[in-house]
Amino acid sequence: MIYFDNAATTLQKPEAVVRAVQHALGSFGNPGRGVHGAAMEAARTVYDTRCALAELFHGEGPSRIAFTANATEGLNIAIKGILNPGDHVITTALEHNSVLRPLYELERLGVALTILPADDRGRVRYADFEAAIRGNTRAIVCTHGSNLTGNLVDMERLGAITKAHGLLLVVDASQTAGVFPIDVQESGIDILCFTGHKSLLGPQGTGGLYVREGVTVRPLLSGGSGILSHSKTHPAQMPTALEAGTLNAHGLAGLNAGVRFLLETGLDTLREKSLDLMWAFYAGVRQIPGVTVYGDFSRRNRCPIVSLNVRDYDSSQVSDALFSQYGIATRPGAHCAPLLHDALGTGNQGAVRFSFSHHNTIEEINMAISAIGEIAEEE
Amino acid sequence: MIKRLPRVVFTFSTTTDVMALEGLCRERGMPGRVIPVPGAITADCGLAWCAEPEQEAALLALLEGEEISFQGVYHLLI
Repeated sequence: MIYFDNAATTLQKPEAVVRAVQHALGSFGNPGRGVHGAAMEAARTVYDTRCALAELFHGEGPSRIAFTANATEGLNIAIKGILNPGDHVITTALEHNSVLRPLYELERLGVALTILPADDRGRVRYADFEAAIRGNTRAIVCTHGSNLTGNLVDMERLGAITKAHGLLLVVDASQTAGVFPIDVQESGIDILCFTGHKSLLGPQGTGGLYVREGVTVRPLLSGGSGILSHSKTHPAQMPTALEAGTLNAHGLAGLNAGVRFLLETGLDTLREKSLDLMWAFYAGVRQIPGVTVYGDFSRRNRCPIVSLNVRDYDSSQVSDALFSQYGIATRPGAHCAPLLHDALGTGNQGAVRFSFSHHNTIEEINMAISAIGEIAEEE
Repeated sequence: MIKRLPRVVFTFSTTTDVMALEGLCRERGMPGRVIPVPGAITADCGLAWCAEPEQEAALLALLEGEEISFQGVYHLLI
C-alpha cells in the first residue's frame, strides 16, 4: 500500500514509539494515583511528555500542557471553557467541525459568532479579523493549517491582532504540530490544541492543549484527579484542572517517543522532505487535463496536502479506484470542513485528499501521478 | 513493624510539581523519594517529596531556583 492519508493519521511511526507503547502496556500503573514503582513509572513518563511538548511549543513549562484524547476534545475544552453568553467570537470558514460544532452549540446558548469567509482558493483576509472585532469580542479561534487545502494561517499576524485588542487566540494545530515550528509565546497564542496521532507521530487517543499562564479555562469535566480528594470541586491547578480521570499513559508513552524523535531529528529536516514530495506531486497532477487542484500554492510553506478532483467524478469513486486498482490510500469526501467546501465549490463532489509524510518516496509520488493520469483519461 | 525515622517532607498542589522535583533531584544525585502524603499532614496533592532532614536547605534552594511551587515543609517521624 502507498499511504497518502497522513493528514488523517500518520501510519508509519518511529520504532521508538511502538517500543514505548509496548513497554508501557506491560509496566505502567496509574500515573499520579500512588507511589509504587508501576504508578511512578507512568507518572514519570507523563511528566516527561509534558516537558517534551512544552519544549516543542516553547510553552512556559510542563504544567501548562494538559492532555486530552485528541484535538477535538482540546478544542471543546478551550472553546467552551473561555466563552460565556453575551461574548462574541470570531472564526473562519477554514475550520474543521471540531471548531465549528462547539461554536454552533455556544451560539445557541447566546454567544455571538462571526465566521470570516474564504475565497475560492481557501484563503482568509487578515483585515477581516480586525474589521470583525466588537466591544464584546472575547476570542479568535482559528486553524493554523487547513486539513482540506493545506493552506497556512499566519499565527504571528493573528497574535498581533489579538494582543492589540486584548483578545484570546485559540489555535487548532491539528495539521501543523510536528510539521512547523510553533512558538506559542512569540506568536501570542493563548491556547494551542493539538492531536498526538498525526505529525507528532504518537498513537490515536492522545492529544492536548497548551494554556498560557494567566489564562483560566473552565473545565469541561470534573472527577478523579489524584489530588484534593476531599474537595467538592475539581482542582483549579493546571494541568489537573483540565484532566479529570485517568490519563492515557500508555498512549502518552508513545506520544513522548514521537515528540522526542521530532526534537532530536528536527522538524525542518522532516518537513522539507514532505514538502518536496508534495510539490513534486502538485507539479505532476496540475498538468493533467480534467484535474482540479484546490488551495493556495503561491508559497512553498504549506501543509503537505494536495486535494483534487478528477473531472466530475465523485471523490469517493476516485479514492476507491485509487485504492482498489493501484493500492493508493487517500481520503475522499467532505473532510469535516463544510464551509471550506462551499467556498471551493466542492460541497457535493467533495475532494480527494493526498497528504504526505517524510516516510513517502518519490517513486510513490510518480506512481500516484500516473494513476491520476489514467483515471483522468477520457473514455 | 514499621521503623520511623525523622524526615523532611515537602507537599505540593499538583503531581506535576512533585514530578518536576523528582526529576531534578535524580539529575543532581540528591537523595529522596516520592511518598504518599502522610496522614499527619494535609496537602492538595496526594504525593509528597521525602528526604533526610539535612537535605532541607538544598531542596529549598532547588525549588526556589527552579521556580517550582510547593505547599508546605514538614518535619515528621515517618
